[in-house]
Amino acid sequence: MSYRFEDVASVKEDLSKVDYLSDEGIAGVVYLADRLQKPILVEGPAGTGKTQLAKSVSEILGARLIRLQCYEGLDEAKALYEWNYKKQLLRIQTERNEDNAEWAEISDDIFSDEFLLTRPLLEAISADEPVVLLIDEVDRVEVETEALLLEILSDYQVSIPELGTIEAKQIPLVFLTSNNTRELSEALKRRCLYLHIDYPDMEREKEIVLTKVPDITENLADQVARVVRSIRQIELKKHPSVSETIDWAKTLVLLGVEKIDEQTATDTINILLKYQSDITKTVKELSTADGVTV
Amino acid sequence: MTVIDDPGASPPPELGDPILELLNGFIIELRNAGLPVSLTENLDAMEAVRHISIGERDTFKYALAATLVKHSNHWKAFETVFEVYFSLRGQEYAIGEDGDELGDPDDMDNMDGAEGSGDQQGGGGGENLTPEELAEMLYQALMRGDQQMMRGVARQAVRRYAGMEPGRPVGGTYYLYRTLRNLDLEGVLERLLEQQQNEDGESSEFDQRLQRDEYQTRVDQLQKEIEAEIRRRLVADRGVEAMAKTLRKPLPEDVDFMHASREEMASLRKAIYPLTRKLASRLQRKRRHGRKGPLDFRRTVRASLSYGGVPAEPKFRNPKPHKPEIFVIADISGSVAAFARFTLHLVYAISGQFSKVRSFVFIDGLDEVTQYFEGVEDINEAVHRVNTEADVVWVDGHSDYGHALGVFWEKYGKDIGPRTSIMILGDARNNYHASESWIIKEMKEKARQVHWLNPEPQSYWDTGDSIVGEYAQYADGCFEVRNLRQLEGFVENLA
Repeated sequence: MSYRFEDVASVKEDLSKVDYLSDEGIAGVVYLADRLQKPILVEGPAGTGKTQLAKSVSEILGARLIRLQCYEGLDEAKALYEWNYKKQLLRIQTERNEDNAEWAEISDDIFSDEFLLTRPLLEAISADEPVVLLIDEVDRVEVETEALLLEILSDYQVSIPELGTIEAKQIPLVFLTSNNTRELSEALKRRCLYLHIDYPDMEREKEIVLTKVPDITENLADQVARVVRSIRQIELKKHPSVSETIDWAKTLVLLGVEKIDEQTATDTINILLKYQSDITKTVKELSTADGVTV
Repeated sequence: MTVIDDPGASPPPELGDPILELLNGFIIELRNAGLPVSLTENLDAMEAVRHISIGERDTFKYALAATLVKHSNHWKAFETVFEVYFSLRGQEYAIGEDGDELGDPDDMDNMDGAEGSGDQQGGGGGENLTPEELAEMLYQALMRGDQQMMRGVARQAVRRYAGMEPGRPVGGTYYLYRTLRNLDLEGVLERLLEQQQNEDGESSEFDQRLQRDEYQTRVDQLQKEIEAEIRRRLVADRGVEAMAKTLRKPLPEDVDFMHASREEMASLRKAIYPLTRKLASRLQRKRRHGRKGPLDFRRTVRASLSYGGVPAEPKFRNPKPHKPEIFVIADISGSVAAFARFTLHLVYAISGQFSKVRSFVFIDGLDEVTQYFEGVEDINEAVHRVNTEADVVWVDGHSDYGHALGVFWEKYGKDIGPRTSIMILGDARNNYHASESWIIKEMKEKARQVHWLNPEPQSYWDTGDSIVGEYAQYADGCFEVRNLRQLEGFVENLA
């Protein structure tokens, strides 16, 4: 089969064309996933662009994005496939009205493709066109439900007892995201490439702000990135995410700020931080020049 | 793409290929360091290196990490081993023939190029710098945040100050210390800040703070460069395997609570939260899949009517939702201080997951501290309050388990019910006071479970003034919990 990407550099370049600024690690793993035909498990703090990565990759490939949002209580019927029970009933009733209906015939009939309702996972592998499959927040399902994913992740196939095994027509690029609220099972991790996306460093964050906030000046973006970096060094309940940084930068642009001083920062900090205790602590910390007492 | 079809007969694709051999050693070392690398992951890594050249070092590193490291906590261990194994590969990392006296013409040239504003160093190649010149270079490098220059400074500094002697069996930390002492980074940092202030005139505290953080990052970066340089030289001197062995450190889940450094403690704290969720979800699951409740006689008889009076279909009551109550009783005396701090974090995390958690701390007296954790957003504040406000000293502030348990039994014993799980955390070093172990026995009879968690290695139990055995005989279980892995094991067995 042909590969989707030339080399690592081109992945990085393509991603930046759709306004997703990656780094060596991210681009490298995406490239590798394509070459090794393996799913990527993306972990990291909330709001660092894990889901966005999948979206951006599907955008540069021009592939359809199929998304499975995980939640507690997710089951086979919602993730893999389901029999269209009502349609099956109808079929049986129609058959009954005819005289020569054979049992075997009907039972063969009602367990066929026609009566199968595909759910995201099955849809992803039975699609003819290229797709990107995103299994979002996989840490939200119970450990037992994870097992559902294993077959599709390692062999790109789904076994349906009544029909047999459905194999993938094309190998989809699979992304799983996790916020690390619980440890995922070894079996799942073993089947995936692991990518940890952390908060970006200052330079990259600045670039991200510049790309995502159209009217911002380079100077302001730089200041924004600096302040956010300082805030992330404070021990907080929840550190500002990249998306919050962007929101903050947008706000500053709207307010017509050119230079961030203490007053502006204090007035608008509620966009970056969402807990009162964090806000109080940060305002206090930032007004002392000596830095965090280590 | 060729995939290895038959794992049974799998000599790696091109055995003898230096990269693959290196990789083999690398993976063995990862396993030695405690990382769980399975066979499949090993094969993936071999496959991966065929697609990404070792020349692109960063990408190469991430590619290996993606296939071999599946836990963000293990990243650091991986990075260390990687640096050791691959530090001598790649163009810019090459080291001169004789490891001690290396000139890096390339690097120095680059540096000269980078120094636009022409300073003292000139084109001298940096070979014979005086300490003053080196200090000045360091200052300039930090001032500009120039990567190349920093690397150059790091090399110079290590060569000059570390005093590395081939074959000498000291660890890298010693050399690092010597180098850093001579560089006086703190002083340079102060100087940089002063300079900045003079240039900017009056700047607010806020601006100064940002500026300081900026320089601090650069200093950290420089320190990393120095560490890398020392490591590189050590590897060249002693060989890869020996070096990897000296640098081996326990993984975060194996770090002993009692001896955890500040950094390690911070990463442990982060790991607690998923653990309590696991605990909660396990208990919850038990609830959902649990047996049905007791027979409902009335409904069974009623249902039997439709079968002519034969009770063919027994009916059961709905099970009572099981709402566990947890009592945590923790020793916070000096001998287990590090463990105690960790315990308090654990208590805080648990109380977010369970509806009813009560916590008590003791030394020789005992006090309830549940309210300190309630509605507190900042755990550090809660811990601080526990340490300062709780009334835990009765006579002299030396552990007295007997008395503390006595107080507990007297004041709170009546609150223990059949749904209560009790966790006692401590080393049971009782300073030869009376044990009063009958209290544990009584507790056991009233409560659902009593568990004792001991932060000491099992071989130390019942030695000296430790009387854990005396208590353990009455408890449901007594566990050695010295690291996260053991704590996890305990949580798994608990539910």
